[in-house]
This record gives sequence, C-alpha cells and structure tokens, in this order.
Amino acid sequence: MSQPAVMGQSYLDVGGSRAIHDNSLDVSHGPVLYLEGVSVSFDGFKALNNLSMYIDAGELRCVIGPNGAGKTTLMDVITGKTRPDSGLVYFGQTIDLLDMDEPAIAQVGIGRKFQKPSVFDALTVYENLELALKTEKGAWRTLFHRLSGEQQSRIEQVLETIHLQELRRQYAGILSHGQKQWLEIGMLLMQEPKVMLVDEPIAGMTHQEIERTAELLLSLQGERSLVVVEHDMEFVRSIARRVTVLHEGSVLTEGSMDEVQNDPRVIQVYLGG
Amino acid sequence: MRIAQLTQDKTGATVLGVLSAVTLIIPLFNLLFPVDSFLHFSAYTVSLLGKYLTFALLALSLDLVWGYAGILALGQGAFFALGGYAMGMYLMRQIGALGVYGNPLLPDFMVFLNWQELPWYWHGFDHFGFALLMVLLVPGTLAFVFGWLAFRSRVTGVYLSIITQALTYALLLAFFRNEMGFGGNNGLTDFKTLLGFNIQSEGTRSVLFLLSGLSLIGAYLLSQWIVSSKLGRVVTAIRDQEARVRFLGYRVEMFKLWIFVYAAMLSGIAGALYVPQVGIINPSEFSPLNSLEIVIWVAVGGRGTLYGAIIGAVLVNYAKTVLTGLLPEIWLFSLGAIFVIVTLWLPKGVVGLWQSRLQERAA
Repeated sequence: MSQPAVMGQSYLDVGGSRAIHDNSLDVSHGPVLYLEGVSVSFDGFKALNNLSMYIDAGELRCVIGPNGAGKTTLMDVITGKTRPDSGLVYFGQTIDLLDMDEPAIAQVGIGRKFQKPSVFDALTVYENLELALKTEKGAWRTLFHRLSGEQQSRIEQVLETIHLQELRRQYAGILSHGQKQWLEIGMLLMQEPKVMLVDEPIAGMTHQEIERTAELLLSLQGERSLVVVEHDMEFVRSIARRVTVLHEGSVLTEGSMDEVQNDPRVIQVYLGG
Repeated sequence: MRIAQLTQDKTGATVLGVLSAVTLIIPLFNLLFPVDSFLHFSAYTVSLLGKYLTFALLALSLDLVWGYAGILALGQGAFFALGGYAMGMYLMRQIGALGVYGNPLLPDFMVFLNWQELPWYWHGFDHFGFALLMVLLVPGTLAFVFGWLAFRSRVTGVYLSIITQALTYALLLAFFRNEMGFGGNNGLTDFKTLLGFNIQSEGTRSVLFLLSGLSLIGAYLLSQWIVSSKLGRVVTAIRDQEARVRFLGYRVEMFKLWIFVYAAMLSGIAGALYVPQVGIINPSEFSPLNSLEIVIWVAVGGRGTLYGAIIGAVLVNYAKTVLTGLLPEIWLFSLGAIFVIVTLWLPKGVVGLWQSRLQERAA
C-alpha cells in the first residue's frame, strides 16, 4: 500500500525533541493540527498505524473510511482519551497535546462531539449549555459562578442556532435522538473551540435537520477548523472540500470528493475487493 | 441563597419546617415547664433525639457524596468518628484532676498505662477553639489526601467503595491499639464538663440538642445552596457521565475532591455533636458495619434530595431504638430486610414513594 503524498517530510517545525510549552496557538505555518507517525494498538490490533495528517486553520475536513478504519481512535488520540504508542500530535506549532490530559486539551481549544450523543439527561437543555460555556472551570470559581449578561445572550444565541429555544427548561433526557445531537453541537459551540471534532453528527436526524446541520457546519469553517467523521456519503459530498480516507489505521488517500471517489484503491476498500 | 428554589420543593420545605420546630420546641419546653409536667421531655428523650439529629447530619453528608457525586463511599463513618475523637480529646482534657487518678494533665487511661507525659498530638486540645478546628481539619485532611490519591488515579465504582471500606477498617484496628494513645478499645469516656458546664445536666443536654438541630439546619441550607450552584450541576454531570465532563474542560477529580472534603467536614461536625450527647467515643465507631448502615439510611430516605437522607436517618434509627429494645436479636435481620425491600421496590426511597403519591393525587 502506498503512503499518502504528505509523508516523508515533516511540516512540524519543532525546536529539538520537545517544543516550548505555552498556551498561545501558533498557526503561522498553516496547519492547526499535526499528527505525525501516530500508532495505537490494542492487544496487538493496530487501531492506528503510522498515521500522519494535517488540518489547516479554518478548514473543514471530512474523514471517511470503513468500520474499524480508526476514525474514532483518531479523535480519541487528539482529545487525550487514548495515548498513542508512538508519534507526534501538535496543536499549532508549539502545543504538544501528548503532554496534556482531556480537560487541558479541552481548555486549550479542542472540542468534541461524540458519536453517541452525550448530553446530561438529568440537567435541562439550558443547564447543559451553561456547563459547556467557555469560562473558568476551577471548582471554587464554578461554585460562585453567575452568568453575566453577555454569557446569557450567548446561550440564547446558541439556543436559537440549534432550534431548542422552546425546550430550554426541559430535561435533556426527554429529547429525541436528533435533538440530542443538536444539543451536543450547541454545547460544542458554547465551548468556542478553535478545532471542532464532530463524530457522526447526523445520525438519527430528519432530512430537514440534516440540511440545517450542513449549513451550520459550513458557516463555521474559516473561523474555526472542523474535522467531521461521517458515514453518509451524500452528506459528506454536500459539505466537504477536502476528504481524508482512512483504512486499517492509516491514511489511504486525501483529496476532493470526486478525486477520492474515483480512486481505485478507495473503491476496492469500500467494495471489499 | 435561592430561597425561591427552597420553597418550590414542598417536601424539602416541610422537612425544614418540622426540623426547625423540633429544634426550638424541645429545648424551649424543657426550659418553660417543670420536670413533672408531661410537656417536659426526659433527659433520655432529649439525648436520643439529639443523637438522631447528628445521624441525620451524617446521612446528609453521605448523600452529597453518593446521591449527588455518585461516589458510593462505604467509609463515611470514619470521618464521623474522627470528629468525635477530636471532641472527645477536648472533653478528656476538661476532666483534669477530677479523674479517678487525679492527674491534672494525663487522662486516666494514660496514667493506667504508666505514661509519664502527654503525647504531642494531645497538646492544644485543652482549648475548645483548637478542638473545634480539629473537628473540621482532621476529617477534612484525611478526605483530601485519600481523595487526591483515589480520584487522580481515576479509581471509581466498586473499587473505590472497597478502598473506603478498607480505610475505615484500618482506622478501627489502629484505634484499638493502646499505643495509639486514644484509650484503646475503651475509647474516651467519663466526661465531666463541656466549657465548664456539667455534661450530665438537663440544661447542657438541651443546649447540645439545640446546637445539633441548628447545625443540621445550617448544613442543609448550605448544602442545598451548593447542589443548586453550577458546581452542583457539574457534580451531577460527573455522576452520570464522568468521562464526558472532562471533555468540557473540567478537572473531574478536583470537583469530586471538593465535595468529598466538604462532606467529610460535615461528618466530623456530626461526630463532635454526637460524643458529648452519648458520653463516649470508642473504636467501634470506625466499624465498617456502621458505615454500611449510613448507606442504608440514605437509601431508605431516598438519595439525591438531601432531605431524604434526614428522613431516612431518623426513620431507621427510630426503628433501631424500638426493635433493639423489644427484640434485640432480630435487628440486624430487619436492617437487611429493609435494605432489600428498598433496593427492590423503593429505588427512590420513602421520599420517592411520597412524591409519586402526591403526583397521583394531582393527576
């Protein structure tokens, strides 16, 4: 299997073996997210195999691939849930994500929507958004936290975007699957991350909701970078500029939707040839 | 304080009302009516009810940890006992030369063991203020160190429960040893005075009862405020989906630690109020069975409501008083039966049953 074009040279300009650790995001070289030579194995199974990919600042990237290709593991590695056996994962030029745990990575500006909608059922829609709000997250600060006027209007704004204004006082547990997906997207917006990792956003949505999701994701690119994992090819086609195909834990190919769909290797992988 | 929120919850407001009434009426009646009046509560009743109040405070603290943060702590009794020992040490120092051996400095058990001087950790306990500080600091520090290690290592669920049980068991064994300097298996007892007042007198007992009631009310209001703060919502979120909360940028271990330490301090206060009312503290308070009983109180009352824990503690302990008086040998079987019944048919406890009745009537 041939390696993707980007291999062989490093885009990552790190001084020595370890970069200077500060919290300012440096995207002067273009990419906001660097993964180089990342490998993860679970009991001998290689979930990620020497994977390298680069996400540019402001781009919307779709990641596709058959089941078990490593899509969710990729997100786990970026957000600190899974520690790779080898490889580099950088946020901008200077922030080494492998040095950080989940809360630190979230605070530095990487947000994630899970495959299975993960909202807090025992809290109301409004409270779910309030918890996700970008603010001080220490225990004492949280105890005395009161929403400022600005923060309240921010929540209102997001409620409007995700079309859940009328359900704000309802417990999240009673929402439909599609509404939960929207609420989780809303929580992601509340975090104001620089990179959004969005795992299967449209599962359980109606046709109309899917269209609105596509619109929303498209409106976010530029200001933020998005990595969207999705199975629905029609949806991917409707939003993607650039598509990465994963297969057996590595990047199989990268390019526009048309290029990717006409790539014989991709066809072979998907048809199981 | 969100007063509106407190009054919205009718059951909570009712419990608070009854609690306030009981707290004020019993000491007041004992002050106003002569000893032979039927409105005068006996010293036994006052102490018994006072004990229930301290148990209710202990149950409230476990409800914060278990009902809200989802940590099934099976060692909450350890913090209660430590608070009790801190108060007991003050009461021992108060005995002074009134002890059997008449030693002005050393408590009787130390004289008995032929000790020549007071161990360093007994210094300062002759000051009431210092003792009160220790009532909070000793349980708080133990909870902090234990919680720091356990929560940072992400120990959860059954494993955490077992470690908390081991913690209280280890303390039980340690406090049994005479060399520890806490009176061995006899513990600390024969208390004479508290701040100069005779600990046996009716007046002192009434005041202790009043203080127990006020502490419980204060702890309930403060805890209610905490659980309805944003921190309370984060803690609830951790209970339901711990891993997810981390991805929102919260350090889960710090929130667990916060609530765990706060609850340990409440338990310490409960223990400190308990000891002068029952007149003794010994290592059996560390027994793992005691901590399991606290879990049953909360389960019977209904967890995650705070007032449910208060109701549960009073109900189960009243049943215990009655049953151990009538048929002592069946108490443990009854306790087991109560736990099975509550687990199978009353997952939300007595409070849940009551509320579903109210809803049925409203519907």
